[in-house]
Amino acid sequence: MAHKIQEPQHRTAPFRDAEFTTISGRPVELLYTEADLDGQKIEQYPGDYPYTRGVHPTMYRGKLWTMRLFAGMGNAAQTNERFKFLLSKGQTGLSTAFDNPTLYGWDSDDPISEGEVGKTGVAVDTMADMERLFQDIPLDKVSTSMTINAPAAWVFAMFLANAEKQGIGLEKLRGTIQNDILKEYIAQKEWIFPPEPHIRLITDMFAFCADHVPQWNSISISGYHIREAGATAAQELAFTLQDGFTYVEHAIEAGMDVDDFAPRLSFFFNSHLDFFEEIAKLRAARRIWARHMREKYGAKNPKSWLCRFHVQTAGCSLTAQQPEVNIVRTALEALAGVLGGCQSLHTNSMDEALALPSDKAAEIALRTQQVIAYESGVPNVADPLGGSYFVEKLTSEIEADAEKYFEQIEALGGMVKAIERGFPQQEITRAAYEYQRALSEKRKIMVGVNDFANEHEKLEIPILEIDEAVEPDQIAALKKIKESRDNLAVSRCLEELQKAARTKENLMPHLLDCARCYTSIGEVSHALIKVFGEYREQAFF
Amino acid sequence: MNEYPIKVVVGKPGLDGHDRGAKVIARALVEAGMEVVYLGLRQTPESIVAAAVEEDADVIGLSVLSGAHMTQFRRVHELMEKEGIGGRLLTGGGIIPTKDQEALSKIGVGKLFGPGDEPQEIIDYIRTEVQARRTHEAM
Repeated sequence: MAHKIQEPQHRTAPFRDAEFTTISGRPVELLYTEADLDGQKIEQYPGDYPYTRGVHPTMYRGKLWTMRLFAGMGNAAQTNERFKFLLSKGQTGLSTAFDNPTLYGWDSDDPISEGEVGKTGVAVDTMADMERLFQDIPLDKVSTSMTINAPAAWVFAMFLANAEKQGIGLEKLRGTIQNDILKEYIAQKEWIFPPEPHIRLITDMFAFCADHVPQWNSISISGYHIREAGATAAQELAFTLQDGFTYVEHAIEAGMDVDDFAPRLSFFFNSHLDFFEEIAKLRAARRIWARHMREKYGAKNPKSWLCRFHVQTAGCSLTAQQPEVNIVRTALEALAGVLGGCQSLHTNSMDEALALPSDKAAEIALRTQQVIAYESGVPNVADPLGGSYFVEKLTSEIEADAEKYFEQIEALGGMVKAIERGFPQQEITRAAYEYQRALSEKRKIMVGVNDFANEHEKLEIPILEIDEAVEPDQIAALKKIKESRDNLAVSRCLEELQKAARTKENLMPHLLDCARCYTSIGEVSHALIKVFGEYREQAFF
Repeated sequence: MNEYPIKVVVGKPGLDGHDRGAKVIARALVEAGMEVVYLGLRQTPESIVAAAVEEDADVIGLSVLSGAHMTQFRRVHELMEKEGIGGRLLTGGGIIPTKDQEALSKIGVGKLFGPGDEPQEIIDYIRTEVQARRTHEAM
């Protein structure tokens, strides 16, 4: 029998002078009780629809998350060395960061690439760079992720052509390509064409992977960048899932059966500093996705209902001041990712508000995951926070917020229209400004920045510098390839590609032909721009 | 002397989509009473300086988080001299190591800001610099 509830003291006792909201500005109560659940039924099992408690019945007892640090700098040889360094330290998968020219689909020798080659990732111009990048790495054993979007299809073709050349069957390849263009328009801003042709290339990849690269995740629908651009947790969740629905709808319209491609859709979320809000967001993601896939899109294969995701700790939460403290921030965020049930995890290095990670900083970031995995005891139990009044309530609140955004976007005519009108962009810009104001007014605190700052701070950690010789060397290497390859074959492949682009034919086989004869990334981009045109954004703030 | 508002051209040169900081600062400058011409992404040094000349801007603010800051700030600075607006303020922010900030300062680039710097600091800096430069131009 329940005890008679006494009038709780917390209703009258004073609070200290602070704002009790999440980092997204969501008010939270002092205490959550059974009454907050409002009769809601709490799900009992991971691996059961709607998967709020996790995608696998055994969660991390079955398999730990993949430890995958995003890495790339300078040229392919330097990045290959970093890959091997991370694998030697116990990393269990690879994740490739490309430089800006590659991300935008331009060659290293393009005038617009000046000053950017190899600066924020690895420069890849042709399949030759891909060969060097993955040299001595068994691609049939190590799973590989590639963060690339606008030119994803032709960079993926280079990756596949390289595997082919090494004699590895495409069916053995495991990994993920980001391939999510909608969040580019919303947040990361690396696009080439207008949305429709980009989405067509994405659905071409869904179909091609389903037939030829069945273990590959053909997209990683990403909220990470949306959050980094300033979105709240609920905005990140809503815009990301809405992007996902948009791809599903386009693929169905293109004639595919939802169960043919949906099992290979994967997601990518941010894990920010507000511990419980992030966990709740990740739990809500699984529940919403499962429900929409089953009920709205009629998917029958349970694998199509699963929201499997990668998590990266929040780069925007890191500070240039007292950078060592970033190790602690990252550890908290990583723990939230694990408690949220991620399938793979990247932990940021402490120096990332200053430069690309040094070896030392990257090693500490990886060790952070290993401490959570092997020392903390956290992975022993599936969804240990399930049933918490607070976490369950927060999960439902964030879910409801996301549903409100879905309605608003539907009313605007869908995500593509909403993006063209700048709706998600403006919501994010507003949230970013609100957060900055909260910092300026000290309603939110960043330790070492707007409070607890050290005067006359001296930087005491090593900083990675990219050798200025990378750019001229990369340009010279590309020139050599352009001189020595079969240039007649290149022109023929590009012509065939353009011809196919004007029809509804799947472009992947043509892009593979281009990759095999060392056609460069920029040559493919320019050839396709002639067919698809270029996208221009309306600037606003 | 300062009865007309300070005019700032804000742009992101090169291949860099990180526009959160540029947008937050643009808005803070407007709220501080300045006039902001926001050019947005994928600008070239040429397009930025041309806009500054056309708008008769007091300040050019560049945002660079792509590591290409040495190339971009130098080029914009050279073009400002060439177009006869070398006396105006070139400032900005991004992920710019102290060593590089110092090197750019030597060639005449103004103060550069980074993660954690307060918008108010930037506003104060621009006000002080523009006041000094307007006084100088008026003499």
